[in-house]
Amino acid sequence: MSATIDGNEAVASVAYRLNEVCGIFPITPASPMAELADEWASQRRPNIWGNVPRVVEMQSEGGAAGALHGALQGGALSTTFTASQGLLLMIPNMYKIAGELTPTVFHIAARSLAAQALSIFGDHSDVMAVRQTGFAMLASSSVQEAQDLAAVAQAATLRSRVPFVHFFDGFRTSHELNTIELLSDEDLAATVPLELVRAHRQRAMSPEHPFIRGTSQNPDVYFQARETVNPYYERVPDLVAGALVQLGERTGRHYHLVDYTGHPKAERVMVVMGSGAETARETVAHLNQRGERVGVLTVRLYRPFPAAELLAALPATATRVAVMDRTKEPGSLGEPLFLDVLGALAEAQTHAERGPIPMVIGGRYGLSSKEFTPGMVAGVFEELGREHPRRRFTVGINDDVSGTSISYQSGLDIEAPTTVRAVFFGLGSDGTVGANKNTIKILGVEANLYAQGYFVYDSKKSGSQTISHLRFGPDPIRAPYLVSRASFVGCHHFELLERVDILGCAAPGATLLLNAPHPPDQVWDALARPIQAEILEKGLKLYVIDAGRIAREVGLGGRVNTVLQTCFFAISGVLEPERAIARIKAAITKSYGARGSKVVAANLQAVDQALAALALVELPAKVTSTAELPPPVPAGAPEFVQRVTAEMIAGRGDQLPVSALPVDGTWPSGTAAYEKRNVSDLVALWDPDLCIQCGNCSFVCPHSVIRSKYYPESALAGAPASFRSAPLSARGLPATTYTLQVYAEDCTGCALCVEVCPVTAPDDTERKAINLADREPLVTIERGNIAFFETLPYARRSRVDFGTVRGAQFLRPLFEFSGACAGCGETPYLKLLSQLFGDRATIANATGCSSIYGGNLPTTPWTVNSDGRGPAWSNSLFEDNAEFGLGLRLAADSHVDLARRLLSELREKLGGELVEAILSAPQRSESEFRSQRERVAELKRRLATLEAPAAVDLASVVDHLVRRSVWLVGGDGWAYDIGYGGLDHVLASGHDVNVLVLDTEVYSNTGGQMSKATPLGAVAKFAAAGKTVEKKDLALQAIAYGTVYVARVAMGADPQQTLQAFREAEAYDGPSLVIAYSHCIAHGIDMRQGLDQQYRAVASGYWPLVRYDPKLRAAGRNPFLLDSARPHLRLEEYSQRELRYSMLANSDPAEAERLAGLSQAAVKLRWDTYEEMATWPAQRFAADARRLH
Amino acid sequence: MELRTDYMGLQLRNPLVASASPLCHTVDGVRSLADAGVGAVVLHSLFEEELAEEAARQARLIEAGSESFPESLSYFPTSAGFGPRPYLDLLERAAAAVDIPVIGSLNGASPTGWTDYARAMQDSGAAAIELNISYLPGDPSISGRDAERRHLEILQLVEAEVTVPIAVKLNPYFSSIGEMAVELDRAGAGALVLFNRFLYPDIDSESLGVVSTVGLSNPREARLARTWIALLRGRVKAGLAATTGVEGPDDVARYLLAGADVVMTTSALLRHGPQHARVLLDGLAEWMARKGFSRLDDFRGRLAVPSGTDATAHARAGYVAALRAANASPHGPW
Repeated sequence: MSATIDGNEAVASVAYRLNEVCGIFPITPASPMAELADEWASQRRPNIWGNVPRVVEMQSEGGAAGALHGALQGGALSTTFTASQGLLLMIPNMYKIAGELTPTVFHIAARSLAAQALSIFGDHSDVMAVRQTGFAMLASSSVQEAQDLAAVAQAATLRSRVPFVHFFDGFRTSHELNTIELLSDEDLAATVPLELVRAHRQRAMSPEHPFIRGTSQNPDVYFQARETVNPYYERVPDLVAGALVQLGERTGRHYHLVDYTGHPKAERVMVVMGSGAETARETVAHLNQRGERVGVLTVRLYRPFPAAELLAALPATATRVAVMDRTKEPGSLGEPLFLDVLGALAEAQTHAERGPIPMVIGGRYGLSSKEFTPGMVAGVFEELGREHPRRRFTVGINDDVSGTSISYQSGLDIEAPTTVRAVFFGLGSDGTVGANKNTIKILGVEANLYAQGYFVYDSKKSGSQTISHLRFGPDPIRAPYLVSRASFVGCHHFELLERVDILGCAAPGATLLLNAPHPPDQVWDALARPIQAEILEKGLKLYVIDAGRIAREVGLGGRVNTVLQTCFFAISGVLEPERAIARIKAAITKSYGARGSKVVAANLQAVDQALAALALVELPAKVTSTAELPPPVPAGAPEFVQRVTAEMIAGRGDQLPVSALPVDGTWPSGTAAYEKRNVSDLVALWDPDLCIQCGNCSFVCPHSVIRSKYYPESALAGAPASFRSAPLSARGLPATTYTLQVYAEDCTGCALCVEVCPVTAPDDTERKAINLADREPLVTIERGNIAFFETLPYARRSRVDFGTVRGAQFLRPLFEFSGACAGCGETPYLKLLSQLFGDRATIANATGCSSIYGGNLPTTPWTVNSDGRGPAWSNSLFEDNAEFGLGLRLAADSHVDLARRLLSELREKLGGELVEAILSAPQRSESEFRSQRERVAELKRRLATLEAPAAVDLASVVDHLVRRSVWLVGGDGWAYDIGYGGLDHVLASGHDVNVLVLDTEVYSNTGGQMSKATPLGAVAKFAAAGKTVEKKDLALQAIAYGTVYVARVAMGADPQQTLQAFREAEAYDGPSLVIAYSHCIAHGIDMRQGLDQQYRAVASGYWPLVRYDPKLRAAGRNPFLLDSARPHLRLEEYSQRELRYSMLANSDPAEAERLAGLSQAAVKLRWDTYEEMATWPAQRFAADARRLH
Repeated sequence: MELRTDYMGLQLRNPLVASASPLCHTVDGVRSLADAGVGAVVLHSLFEEELAEEAARQARLIEAGSESFPESLSYFPTSAGFGPRPYLDLLERAAAAVDIPVIGSLNGASPTGWTDYARAMQDSGAAAIELNISYLPGDPSISGRDAERRHLEILQLVEAEVTVPIAVKLNPYFSSIGEMAVELDRAGAGALVLFNRFLYPDIDSESLGVVSTVGLSNPREARLARTWIALLRGRVKAGLAATTGVEGPDDVARYLLAGADVVMTTSALLRHGPQHARVLLDGLAEWMARKGFSRLDDFRGRLAVPSGTDATAHARAGYVAALRAANASPHGPW
């Protein structure tokens, strides 16, 4: 039976059916395997032996490995799915598991490791980092192979007792949809006989026949004991080969440990693993047809390294060998596979087992999912053919620094003409990817038709662009690289034509389907000159449809997917059109059936209207437009932004040479301001006449696009006529004007500002003092307004009332225009942090949403003020953020100590009065900081005149004399789960760090998996049946120490309390913990109502607002302050508005009812506890016993 | 005291029926009503249109943000689908949990909606089905005859689909309620439930907005239904269920005197809790004892308008005089 599925599903299906325990933790790109396993378990789907596997989410991959080790020692067949840093966290257990000869398979969607930067994309850095653990390693190069070798690995591990890592390329294989032949339960049962399972159980720990395992060994025996396993490893190759033969006999699909493909007398041979091997095999066939003599060795078993098989497979005629590694090992002689191949050859030669060995060169390719194309393969062979090929090289990049890169022909096309290739450019929100997946499913079940789909997404969560690469053909599709010469190109948004190189992938004569708001006879005139020129040059056929209008008319909003999918089938000829339309309609009825008749009807209507409205455009013979494409960034952007960032924004980052990039991962702040993304058709528009200048809209704006300034009336001279202003509504500042400026091109149209605005027009209750309006007519006007607005100075910080929401609006945000989801519940807190403390803040950011919208290139939101000061931001890892942040604090403290000591030593030279003022300066209020900054500036001037070593030394740390604000930021996945041990330790350390937990109650960044912050009764991935354990009360745990300032806040419920908590936390000389309710797209809410949900969370008692201030305890007062009023909503009035709660009622109504009752009871219990605590005397709370200096 | 009664063929232990309210949203709630002694429970209505809208809304929420970012191509486990399952499951579990009849209530929006969901309710253990055929007032395109015809058509559609008895819940806005009742009776309605209350929105003069209001009924509102029950008693074979305005035992007694087979209550149970059912039943029994009645039939319909339609009979029952007197009062109407 065949199906079109992705690599993750192909592997998970086998792993799930062949195991009894799955230990899981989310990490891209392996998460979908764990999610599928969890869902299947919650549906009570059995493995091939009739039992439902136990799937358990752990607090980290380290935890998953530990649980797995235990399960294996307990005799259960156990597996896990992971990648990258996750695999690194498993290393200690991997040594144990291997050392104890314990059979298991870890399935790895291989991914880059975080080095100069994190990358979620695919290469072999992670698996190469575990090659020394004693695990056998099996590499798959396609979706089909990943499924098949998953089964082979399981058979081989049970037969050999050596544990296996089975890996395949992250994204390229894990996320590629491809038509494959499925392995049935019977196939699996034949591959993994029950006696092997029983033998595994026999080796388990049992008090019925006890033994000791995990001893501590000494110099006398450890070494010998380590050598005992050798025979087991020696048997592995044969056992894997046997399992491969058995699989081949059953399925007709034959694999070997090392497969040679190519000319039998090849002179030049490439050795490669993973999806690159598939490309290499296809390219080799093409090159040999052209008369070359080349070949490729695909390595499947990598550990134990099959030297004999490799040598046997390598044609004796080979004189040149290029070994390709998809990883980098700086400082090594070469990358791992290269060294292994070279070692095998050298050993054979030195032992006279073969004659002269070929010249071997080593190349790196494909890091972080960099494309590896037929052109690159051919380029490697060309390099091999040179008289003096480079010993080490890279392919796919332009290394103009070390000169490692080889050249290649990028346009080499080896694909069969019978393969239809199509590329679709869309937005995440329009459903393009979903429709294309649907198309693949539709075509994938056609007899003798094979399909492939691969999807590329950009780095933003709002307004993100998607590119779908689809192939269809009569033969299996073996092309794990992007479509570069498409016969069909769909541009699903007209604006994309100006931002992305859409026509670059169109083959000459291809069809271009354009969704445009212009009628067929006018669309040509709306195209810019370069677009017109390329259409004519390539002889493209242009079809146009106003899919947006049709989608709106039939009630599908912005989801143009069905309309455009219909057009594709109508034009492309992949299927006979009538048959195709019938299939689309059937697919709509099936896939939308569960969503109600309205949705089905709207989509069916969209199909009919699409067919009626699709039009072929008659093209003129020559270019008529004079309009050029807009530059990616404004002309005034800094040189680096123009040279590097702009290229990345334009999608040309692949062409940037090595020399263009920073050597140590250090990038300039504040580049988001140069990327005007215009992601929303509707943007905020201020009404100065209605506005009461409360500052609420600015306070909650997740994207920092609403800015307020007040300034003398006279400053309005020279303002554009369109510039909006109103007299400042404040006493004591006569003749002062107020402006609230919306950065229209950065606005995401989330409407939180409109929702929070307290004013309505007397004549129109729908109109507020800030409203959404069409962006298009505003863009040019607002550009002028913003340019003028930016000439007005921000209010002096020392004159702004930090204590009120109204005052805070005048503080410049140093976090702006992030790519977070429209209406994000986290970013308003970060913006506030940046406004209050940004000019002296150092931020340690745990991996997660906030590190992605905070640090994902090409542009980043943390920025600087007019003095050039701003948050210093870094992301270390997911698990270590608290420790990382503490380190930043310790460094700062150490340098403060140094600065103070040197200052005292240099007192006479620097002036006693200044030194004393600096040393004794209080630094809590903004005016105190301003004074200290002035003193430090004076100090620097005086230091500049001194040459004493102590003065030079002091100058290097002098900035620390302005108190630094160290923030540890992260989500609940970090704070409650993977980083909890570290966070707990840092909180207990007593050091002055400020922790901000952006609590979305799930792992948002990886797609909404359960954390220990997930509430009772909510559905999440890994808790598909509803969570049955209460959310951890992190606040109470921290309060127990007595030394930690703790606050639980919800901006949408009480912004003033949020503001107060942030300021108190920062001012507190010790650890502070602020837990911030962050509504999230993963809650299943209309994000526009995010703030209202925050209010309801508080009003129902689910999220009581509290502050705990140890200073009050020291003053003899109750330190526990319950800031929110008694609950006056039932929990369901909050919870049932969220899909995460309400969807359980569909899948398991009785359980939903049970959990809802328990949740309401839990809320009441917690409230009662808090209320009682709020009445306790100070002595009932732990004392702060720290020795404060 | 014998309180047992028949309601469209269902044998109830007493004539007090708990009608749709948040109390019936959970099995525990239904159980508490049964424990408090009610004779039957009517669940809240399954609204086909609401289900469709909710399904579409949930689909939108699931799709929001999906297939946009490589690390989070979705945010929820694969959906179990959206539909009537929670309702039917509640019905099934409630019916299994109590030994009194549990009646499903249905508000369809399409012919297949009425029939499919009615059958599903029967399959899930509904003892009867109450058709909640409510049109929102305010649509001037629906003629009176169309509205009447719709009621009959829906009843016939559902009758063809299920074997359990069917009650029709009416609103009081027909030009001739009597004719409508008789037509429904002829078409085979097992019972008529009088009346559906519309919850009218209000205007907030401060916020200058329209606000929705949820008002519990009070005994003054019972007179409309009581009058029509009195008028229909004996004129239709269908059972008569009184709903609206039951606060105390006396309200129950008065409905029964007018001729109701069963008396439904929502507001009083919401105000005072499910145990208030016991207060109503004990009060009814106490009143019966005081009045010398030992069975419901001793007094049910005693104050109904006699089925002979001559003016003398009306006058004798006091209705005509009472109507005249009420309308001549200084408090209006004028």
